[in-house]
Amino acid sequence: MSSIIEIQGVSKSYGGVVANKDISLSVETGGITGLIGPNGSGKTTLFNSIVGYHPIDEGSIKFENEEISRFPVQKIARRGLLRTFQQTRIYGAMNCVENMLISLPHRKMKFLDSFSLNNKSDYEKANRLLEFVGLYEKRLLKAASLSFGQQKLLEFAMALMNEPAALLLDEPTAGINPTLINGLIDRLVRANREFGITLFIIEHNMRVIMNMADKIYCLAHGEMLAQGSPDDIQNDPRVIEAYLGAH
Amino acid sequence: MKNNKSILYGILLAFILIAPFAFPDFRTQLATLWLMIIVAMTWDMTGGQMGYNSLGNIVFYGTGMYVAAIITIALAYDVGGYTNAFGGGVYKFTDQQYFLGMFLGLIGAGLFCAASAVIIGYVTFGLRGPYFAIGTLGVAIAAGELVSNWEWVGGGQGIALPVYPGDLDNGKLLFYFLFAFTGVVLFIFLKWLYATRFGAAINAIRDDEEKAEAMGIHTLRYKLTTWAMSAFFIGIVGGISAFQLIHFEPLETAYQTINLGIFMVVCVLLGGKGTLWGPIIGAILFHVFKEVTWNYFLGWQWVALGALIVVTVVYFQDGVMGYLAHRKPEWFGVRVDENKAEVSQ
Repeated sequence: MSSIIEIQGVSKSYGGVVANKDISLSVETGGITGLIGPNGSGKTTLFNSIVGYHPIDEGSIKFENEEISRFPVQKIARRGLLRTFQQTRIYGAMNCVENMLISLPHRKMKFLDSFSLNNKSDYEKANRLLEFVGLYEKRLLKAASLSFGQQKLLEFAMALMNEPAALLLDEPTAGINPTLINGLIDRLVRANREFGITLFIIEHNMRVIMNMADKIYCLAHGEMLAQGSPDDIQNDPRVIEAYLGAH
Repeated sequence: MKNNKSILYGILLAFILIAPFAFPDFRTQLATLWLMIIVAMTWDMTGGQMGYNSLGNIVFYGTGMYVAAIITIALAYDVGGYTNAFGGGVYKFTDQQYFLGMFLGLIGAGLFCAASAVIIGYVTFGLRGPYFAIGTLGVAIAAGELVSNWEWVGGGQGIALPVYPGDLDNGKLLFYFLFAFTGVVLFIFLKWLYATRFGAAINAIRDDEEKAEAMGIHTLRYKLTTWAMSAFFIGIVGGISAFQLIHFEPLETAYQTINLGIFMVVCVLLGGKGTLWGPIIGAILFHVFKEVTWNYFLGWQWVALGALIVVTVVYFQDGVMGYLAHRKPEWFGVRVDENKAEVSQ
């Protein structure tokens, strides 16, 4: 299977702190890839590097065989590579439908299209995806009035509205009521299988990531510690040591 | 509901048409009120709807004045000769030269200001929050100083335009209707614009620009276009003001940073940022307040104005429309969640 994201020898430092050191990995097209590691291991830094939030010091990041490491955030997003945030970011003053409509893929629009009203199919798509994540009943409520878990679902639906080729999810289950997690896993897997969106997921909840991912990478202290199938990772003593701090 | 709105708009339009005839002594006041409404609405396009609080929009008002005047003069005479002869030589304009100059001048003012906004915005939109406000204020102050030292456009003395060729009262009517027409067109334009995808995109920039970028929205393009459209209308009303005032000079009239430049912001804060009607309501309240204090509390008018700004900013941050939206959200089509339970599975 081909890789949609190809990272080679990426390093990133903040002053004297090395956040990522010589990281190489690949995310397979159409798959679900996990990224795990203890707090401070450089996972979010790597995500930020991929989507263009900061320049990398060394290395190469390719998306669909195109070098994107020097592209600004918007340009990368318009290539079809999106991310969600650890701290959910939605437009609180707008209702859910408006949040969805603003997430229409601008890369597929001409600028003059922005001077038109949203059409019926835009609304249908928004409602369909809100139903998909279970927020249809809440669609006319202001996004800020939703619970944190619902806001995460809304942010996920907004990302789907944008029709990305690949979606980077930063801790999608963090802060979500445990009773909702199974529903979220189911939706993530369906988004991957039904919509064909490649998922690259940072996750601390081992049960979640082991159930979903085809392949998992584990970072520790900014370096690649291990990689392999969920079974390989679960049984890798280096990973266990990194998480439990055993010596 | 739709019928009620149509009736309301019909009544308003009738009032706009009748007002200068019903209150002939207040034609200039009403024209000034329209000016306040227009600059407030244009300021809100970037400040309220897009979250970029410019303190330098007055630069387009002043530039609009100069561009309209220069085009009018240039159609008939050499500009340098005309401005150097200020107070000296006699330059006469035919009716055709006056009205053609006004027509082309106003259009030219709008277009020139829109182009200026793109150029200035390309540099200043790299700034965020208070830095953008101060940066744009700096641009306005610098523009005033530059123009006041540019002899070709009259330097510190400014420019005197020809007087309206006809009955003075008819001139007042013309200026009232020029402002009113621009205001109504702007209102209709904004009502449509804010309902489009464009309106949603600039609201997204206001609410979370980083998120908007992460979703692939061309944020700079939207910001430049919004400011250019705003500057287009400010440039036009600047041009109308130039003909209405006849004589204007750079620092106190054209690039009047601490007067109109700040008034437009106060109007919007008073009426409610980010709403269609807020700037209009704010401009009316502000204009009435200003005229009352300027007439009846002369000497204390700036103190009263300062007090109004302090009270608005401290106690009334969301303005009239924001207050109403908070108290009566259902009037604004907002649904309130009675049940905060998690989404059902």
